[in-house]
Amino acid sequence: MRVNVTVNGEQRQADDVWEGESLLFVLRERLGLPGSKNACEQGECGSCTVYLDDVPVCACLVAAGQVQDREVRTVEGLAEGDRLDPVQEAFVEAGAVQCGFCTPGLVVQAHDLLSRVPDPSDPEIREALAGNLCRCTGYEKILDAVRLAAARR
Amino acid sequence: MTLTPAELTSAVSGGIGTSPQRPDGNLKVRGEFAYASDLWHEDMIWGATLRSPHPYARITSVDITEALQVPGVYAVLTHSDVPGRNLYGLEHKDQPVLAVDVVRYQGEPIALVGADHPETARRAMKKIVVGYEVLEPVVDMETAADDTPLHPGGNLVRHVPIRRGSQDVAAEVVVTGRYEVGMQDQAFLGPESGLAVPADDGSVDLYIATQWLHVDRSQVAAALGLPEEKVRLTLSGVGGAFGGREDLSMQVHACLLALHTGKPVKMVYNREESFYGHVHRHPAVLYYEHGADRTGKLVYVRARMYLDGGAYASSTPAVVANAATLGVGPYEVDNVTVDAYGVYTNNPPCGAMRGFGAVQAGFAYESQMDKLAEALGMSPVDVRVRNAMTEGSVMPTGQVVDSAAPVAQLLKLVQDKPLPAGTSSDLRELPGGVSNTTHGEGVVRGVGYAVGIKNICFSEGYDDYSTARVRVSMVNGSLAAAVHTAACEVGQGLVTIMQQIVRTELGIELVTVLPMDTTIGNGGSTSASRQTYVTGGAVKAACALVRDRLAGRTDIGDEVIDETTEWRHRATEAIDPETGQGNAHVQYGFAAHRAVVDVDVELGLVRVVALDCAQDVGRALNPQAVVGQIQGGSAQGLGLAVMEEIQTSGGKVRNPSFTDYLIPTVLDMPPMSIDVLELADPHAPYGIRGVGEPPTISSTPAIVAAIRAATGLALTRVPVRPEHLTVT
Repeated sequence: MRVNVTVNGEQRQADDVWEGESLLFVLRERLGLPGSKNACEQGECGSCTVYLDDVPVCACLVAAGQVQDREVRTVEGLAEGDRLDPVQEAFVEAGAVQCGFCTPGLVVQAHDLLSRVPDPSDPEIREALAGNLCRCTGYEKILDAVRLAAARR
Repeated sequence: MTLTPAELTSAVSGGIGTSPQRPDGNLKVRGEFAYASDLWHEDMIWGATLRSPHPYARITSVDITEALQVPGVYAVLTHSDVPGRNLYGLEHKDQPVLAVDVVRYQGEPIALVGADHPETARRAMKKIVVGYEVLEPVVDMETAADDTPLHPGGNLVRHVPIRRGSQDVAAEVVVTGRYEVGMQDQAFLGPESGLAVPADDGSVDLYIATQWLHVDRSQVAAALGLPEEKVRLTLSGVGGAFGGREDLSMQVHACLLALHTGKPVKMVYNREESFYGHVHRHPAVLYYEHGADRTGKLVYVRARMYLDGGAYASSTPAVVANAATLGVGPYEVDNVTVDAYGVYTNNPPCGAMRGFGAVQAGFAYESQMDKLAEALGMSPVDVRVRNAMTEGSVMPTGQVVDSAAPVAQLLKLVQDKPLPAGTSSDLRELPGGVSNTTHGEGVVRGVGYAVGIKNICFSEGYDDYSTARVRVSMVNGSLAAAVHTAACEVGQGLVTIMQQIVRTELGIELVTVLPMDTTIGNGGSTSASRQTYVTGGAVKAACALVRDRLAGRTDIGDEVIDETTEWRHRATEAIDPETGQGNAHVQYGFAAHRAVVDVDVELGLVRVVALDCAQDVGRALNPQAVVGQIQGGSAQGLGLAVMEEIQTSGGKVRNPSFTDYLIPTVLDMPPMSIDVLELADPHAPYGIRGVGEPPTISSTPAIVAAIRAATGLALTRVPVRPEHLTVT
């Protein structure tokens, strides 16, 4: 099938999509946007979190056909040119990035949290990021990063 | 085409002792860092692996005829298509690239499919008909050595005995225990992946996520029947490792398909396949007896331990040696009897995971120290301090600890930290969280301590070295440096450390980290907490050669100074096979934890409230990264304490997914306050001491000690499960 979708503000088209493909597969393998990550492909780790019409979703759990004529924003669409989004900047500065495989999903999820709750408490941050697994950091520096980004916004 | 890893240059300055930003940080937060699973080639096809559903079976037939007829399939390969040696392995070459006439674990690879789409490959795999004669699996590590032999030499992979001092001395106070450690998974987030690109001359390029490029290359080349120079490896972005990428996964498979079809082949495991596709932490059963005098001074330690290596040896011999040589912990004990056994079974193969044998022993000996404290009426910290090793102490191997061993100091540091406030009234901070299972009723608090010891770098006489190349030339009127190694960056931050070392040694701010590949000599493994030590040492040594040639010049015109050197740490020795005596290890690392837990005793739910750590790192080359390692290692220890286990039944894995294999989330992790000591080791570059593994050892027993303190239960097995706490 053919899928038409707006990704990071651009109208994109993918052809010969097998009906069983996920949004994640289409982004990564057909549209050249591998930033969203394939850590579990079963909705448990949050590494593929993207905005679908402004709501964060696991791209691995969205069938490709479901995004027809809708808007997707991925981690690749957060920075403006060379200027990182404050959340991205804070993740690098705070040491919240080690292997970085969880980072794109966490960055999108934290970006969503701060757009809804500008000054979140620690329990609010934890609740918001509870669906995103990180295996490297123990999360302390991820919390630091979200606090830092909140303070700067 | 996404193939070539980026050269990493960051505009941030900073030498050793500072915390400059990672040079790959911006790429990673933008989603532009090319991990192995992100690689793409316009002409590529997809590889997939057919695996055994049985833990132990004879293969009576394999029919690929129908699979080959599926439209879109380019190749279906079996063991007869392996042109070279169909056996590989880190220490023993005992593992088939593709199974021949027997499978020894569930998930063992039997056939490969190359197809135009992952779904085509999956459908073709369903058309491969394998005949099995199912056999009774060997699954009990304690009896495996005397059970059906799974390999020609029998099921005992290695026995390491340690004999020190008197073997029959008696003591006034004796405590005994039997402990079990479940099978933990590294659960790195980036699945096993890579892209193999064939060349016209019959050679192959492999872009891969691994921990050791050169040992991968030698194994791949042997299996392909190619000279090593015809197999070129380049490190792709690695999404975590923790030991799970030391062994081969899809390396040979992708190359076989690529050379057979003449097309680039991408392979990416999904999470379920990843659970079958790499080795795990050895589960263990450990019997301990500690004897002490009335003052708490240890008189003897006797231990017998079994480590389940599963179907293939992997790094079992070295894991067993670690468990044995580090088996009494960071304590002075004059009389030691240890027997550690690593065995083959039909359980999943086990090998390296952060802590590597020291974790299993650590849970047991620290549980014993608490038991001893209780028997003596002493505090857990006092009994540990009473026996704490110091610089100059003698290990059970007879090796003298010849640099800082601040065991008592680390314990006191965590003991003196402020305790968290009492049990919270905020639902979100109680066991069970927003599941709303308690408002505080039935919740009890406990505090526990533990300390651990880990060897740093490779041991037992291994020639452990790294190779580094540093090139300096003029860029825009200033000196600029490039550093090149084959040492794998897996997330730990070696790329940052190398830049810091070059800046410090040469005073050059602009430092580019070149892609890691096999065009340069061996970098050694990213394991045993060794890369900052050994590759850091090599980069420092290469800088010294460059500095000599620079001779103080700040303008070298068109000259290019390019120096490559190998650097090795001081030699170690094999241990005596009868007594375990010998200077086996290069360096020892120590960490101590204090855990505070709340336990809902009615539902068996645990919330770790605080997990504080003190660790000596010799010298913190990058303080932020050091703390990140300690917090991350502590988190993996928490996972083993209360949730993480690959559960097997009759050799079959029951929970190969992140739905059923749980790793800590941000809700499971408490705040972690970290104290870093910097007691320089005079034998190590800059005085550093390996950081990554020690915190993983003491985290687990500290948490379990806290749960015991809260509940009064004996708790001899990790992970602790709700049913262990409700005793139902």
